[in-house]
Amino acid sequence: MEQLVHNFFNFEILSQAWPLLLAGFWMTVKLTLVVVPLGLAGGLVVALASTSRRRLVRWLVVIYVDFFRAFPPLVLLMFIAFGLPFLGFDPGAFIAVALSFLLNTSSYYGEIFRAGIESITRGQHEAARSTGLSVPQTMVYVVLPQAVKNVVPDLVSNTLEVIKLTSLASVVALPELLYAARQAQSLTYNATPIIAAGIIYLVCLWPLVRLLSRFEHRQIALH
Amino acid sequence: MSGDRPILEVRGLHKSFGHLEVLKGIDLAVRKGELVFVIGPSGSGKSTLLRCCNRLEEPSSGSILVEGVDVMAPGTNINAVRRRIGMVFQSFNLYPHLDALGNVSLALRKVVGQSRAEAELAGQAALERVGLAEKANSFPNELSGGQQQRVAIARALALQPAILLFDEPTSALDPELVGSVLAVMRELRESGMTMVVVSHEMRFARSAADRVIFMDHGLIVEQGTPEKLFNAPDHQRIKDFIASIEH
Ligand SMILES: Nc1ncnc2c1ncn2[C@@H]1O[C@H](COP(=O)(O)OP(=O)(O)OP(=O)(O)O)[C@@H](O)[C@H]1O
Ligand SMILES: [Mg+2]
Repeated sequence: MEQLVHNFFNFEILSQAWPLLLAGFWMTVKLTLVVVPLGLAGGLVVALASTSRRRLVRWLVVIYVDFFRAFPPLVLLMFIAFGLPFLGFDPGAFIAVALSFLLNTSSYYGEIFRAGIESITRGQHEAARSTGLSVPQTMVYVVLPQAVKNVVPDLVSNTLEVIKLTSLASVVALPELLYAARQAQSLTYNATPIIAAGIIYLVCLWPLVRLLSRFEHRQIALH
Repeated sequence: MSGDRPILEVRGLHKSFGHLEVLKGIDLAVRKGELVFVIGPSGSGKSTLLRCCNRLEEPSSGSILVEGVDVMAPGTNINAVRRRIGMVFQSFNLYPHLDALGNVSLALRKVVGQSRAEAELAGQAALERVGLAEKANSFPNELSGGQQQRVAIARALALQPAILLFDEPTSALDPELVGSVLAVMRELRESGMTMVVVSHEMRFARSAADRVIFMDHGLIVEQGTPEKLFNAPDHQRIKDFIASIEH
């Protein structure tokens, strides 16, 4: 028991590691603030493209989504960070992470938005079009507001996954929270920083999880 | 001159879905202020006829003129034409995320280009016409079916259309709510609105329609005054159809 406390819940170690952890925390926040909006925007574009009248466009979307959902994000990130420089383009760690996350998460967000758009009945489109709204106007003012509302729980749930996935950035030496914690661990020969990082994730993500289960309860109540 | 021209003119309209020919040559002219009632068995093409008029359905051949404008012509801006043709659906199709006023004023803002204040003023006036001024800030799920359908009528009316198309406007309503919607339609007729109504409300047709059209298998079989069609039609299948509905 004492061993456990010494190795995993050591306050002395924690205070030593704290500045490093804090820096890592802010990097994770920064990553999240870049990666989530990018993924949402990319996902919206993907979903809108999947409603295109052109079959070619819809096909390209299917290929894009299938590819990036099946391709491991870790490999994608490593390829972009370490492979692209050989092609004469070195994006740097942060951009590499942003780019690989855009490709990966936009395909997931895109599928969620698409499900939302498809949940809107034909009658809604027709009512809007019958008053003279164009196709894009119908999308923006009638379909999307309802579609997004219908999939908010899925968007929140996916966002939770994306935030946890930002720890992948450690493989390209971007000092986000988990990277910082591992660094602190190897400096102190103690696992406390890792536990601390875990607790920070827990505390930050818990409100989102609460929110999600509130949505889920409300949906059950509605049905 | 434009007084003589029909508001809606359909000539030789054909419509096929794949191999299924649903409209087999429809000719129809609707004069200003006229209320034309369309009846016919299920699948006879009534909805398709209405939906071709504002090109929710793409006609296979024939021509459709609204106020003399060829709806099918390549140069025609369909969104501009649709402002002139209001449509009311069986299932209301109100926007659930907007309140009644939002439903009625959306197209005024985005299609006509009015400011929010202008659009809400005009929208409020349209709601007043259907007797729902005090429901402006209610959302569709807070309204009865009859009220929802009246908001849908106001949404079409707000654009000041030349003609209104109704596709079974009361079929989805509980019987006790039908009257309120028919009352609004009657008021519209009295104020001179041009209307084409697909409906099974025979009593309303008898008292309000100028002309009744009977469709079957994608063709207009017979048309005439309500008295003629309901009391002494030339075709036996019309008698049978009316008997089947009135029970
Ligand atoms: N989008 C479509 N694709 C294929 N077939 C269609 C489509 N819309 C309508 N049809 C067919 O066209 C025929 C006429 O349909 P329509 O809805 O115009 O009939 P209706 O007279 O309005 O019938 P109801 O009284 O049942 O509403 C039907 O056989 C229907 O199945
Ligand atoms: Mg129909």
